[in-house]
Amino acid sequence: MSKTPLQFRHNGREVAIFVDGGTNLLVALRELIGDMTPKFGCGQGGCGTCSVLVDGELYLSCLTLAETVAGRSVETLDSLKQGPNLHPLQRAFADNFAAQCGYCTPGMLMAAKALLDRNPQPSRAEIVEAISGNICRCTGYEPIINAILAASGGRASA
Amino acid sequence: MTRHRGRGMASINYPIGMNLGGDPSQALVHSNPSGKFTVALSSIDLGQGMKSVTRQICAETLGVPVEDVYVDTADSDTGPHCMGSFASRGTHRVGNAVMAAAREARGVMMEAAAEELEVNAADLETDGRGNIHVKGAPHRSISTKDVAIAAQFKQGKTISGRGIFLVPLSEVNPETGEMSPATCYAHACLVAEVEVDDETGEVAMVRMDSAYELGRALNPRLVEQQLVGGAWMGVSHALYETPEPYYPDPVHGPRDFVEYLMPGPGDICPHDIAVLERPAPDGPFGAKGPGEMCANPVLPAVANAIFNAVGVRIDDLPITPEKVLRAIKAQGGARPQARR
Repeated sequence: MSKTPLQFRHNGREVAIFVDGGTNLLVALRELIGDMTPKFGCGQGGCGTCSVLVDGELYLSCLTLAETVAGRSVETLDSLKQGPNLHPLQRAFADNFAAQCGYCTPGMLMAAKALLDRNPQPSRAEIVEAISGNICRCTGYEPIINAILAASGGRASA
Repeated sequence: MTRHRGRGMASINYPIGMNLGGDPSQALVHSNPSGKFTVALSSIDLGQGMKSVTRQICAETLGVPVEDVYVDTADSDTGPHCMGSFASRGTHRVGNAVMAAAREARGVMMEAAAEELEVNAADLETDGRGNIHVKGAPHRSISTKDVAIAAQFKQGKTISGRGIFLVPLSEVNPETGEMSPATCYAHACLVAEVEVDDETGEVAMVRMDSAYELGRALNPRLVEQQLVGGAWMGVSHALYETPEPYYPDPVHGPRDFVEYLMPGPGDICPHDIAVLERPAPDGPFGAKGPGEMCANPVLPAVANAIFNAVGVRIDDLPITPEKVLRAIKAQGGARPQARR
């Protein structure tokens, strides 16, 4: 199969790779660029742990054809860290014990970032809606919701 | 269509660990020349916090800062034997093994320090901040790092310890049928409040109130996290999850996360948890372990709450809308019970 050249912005940096036709964005990020922060969960769009932002919008990278992000801006969990400092959302997740096994955390953080970027002061119901495409198999939704509330300046616990 | 509220209660006794041929776990603890300690385990941290808790137990027993202890659970081929992470046995069994190993390692460390300070090991104590000093004379002190260096390069000693904790097999007494399958029990009580829709058969959780008695909570935040998430796993078993909804007929079996029902963030309800600590005499620092018990009382409490709401007794899990509707139909309509 012939390879297609692909250029896009990855966490603020221009990257250029060659992809096979049909390669999904998750594989391109993890195997061709080496960014392991989006996780492979189900590969079917059912769990949300592969979530990334494309031009600021939440995407399931396992269901996104890599070629469709040509010329666009892709942000992964790796974009949240600012040098040695944690992003306020990461800080809030740590302070509120919002990770148990941690496998859903990258997707939860990206879903939360997509929400707060367009709605800095969401209600609890809006937070629930925003993370409803992400599965936490440890069922720790309560601390995750509280962490996102805390990061948006809301009250941490009801 | 009416939505009926109902309340149900359940309480449980939960044995820690299991009894199939005895229940052992081993741990090895050793110091590096840097004075940092490694705990080698084959026990697996599934996200429940085994690494954090065994790290705390080792640091406390050795008398060193928790930052100086690293827990390695990498490989069950090369590590000391463990039965596994199940039956809520991790904190109790593995914790006890780590404690035994750390106690032995501490003995060697104190002997090595005594040799350097030219005193009797019995006169030494640790300050928990990485130093060992003569009791009552803090200036007669040596760091655990310097002890580790001396042991390694001067005295030719390994600062290490071995630990095993074994609950032996309890045979059944053929005369009486009695046995003692567990050495300690945790306890829980949970009240579930639900809302049952008599037109759709759907059951929604309204709130939960629970109390868990689980020995000493070695890491209260981890315990809380496990109780919060575990209760929802219980709800999930009570109301949603099954790989074979029409067993043994495989039809309608879920094939992926989209079809396999689980609670999502929108199903969560308030849950008030009280943790009661009654230290277990044979637990590491009195711990028993929350483990599986955090899900167990939820299932009968939810089933009781559904009975209280609409008067149908469903003893087949999960309690799906279909089962609720069929049962309501069979008894000729919802029959709300007295609310207690």
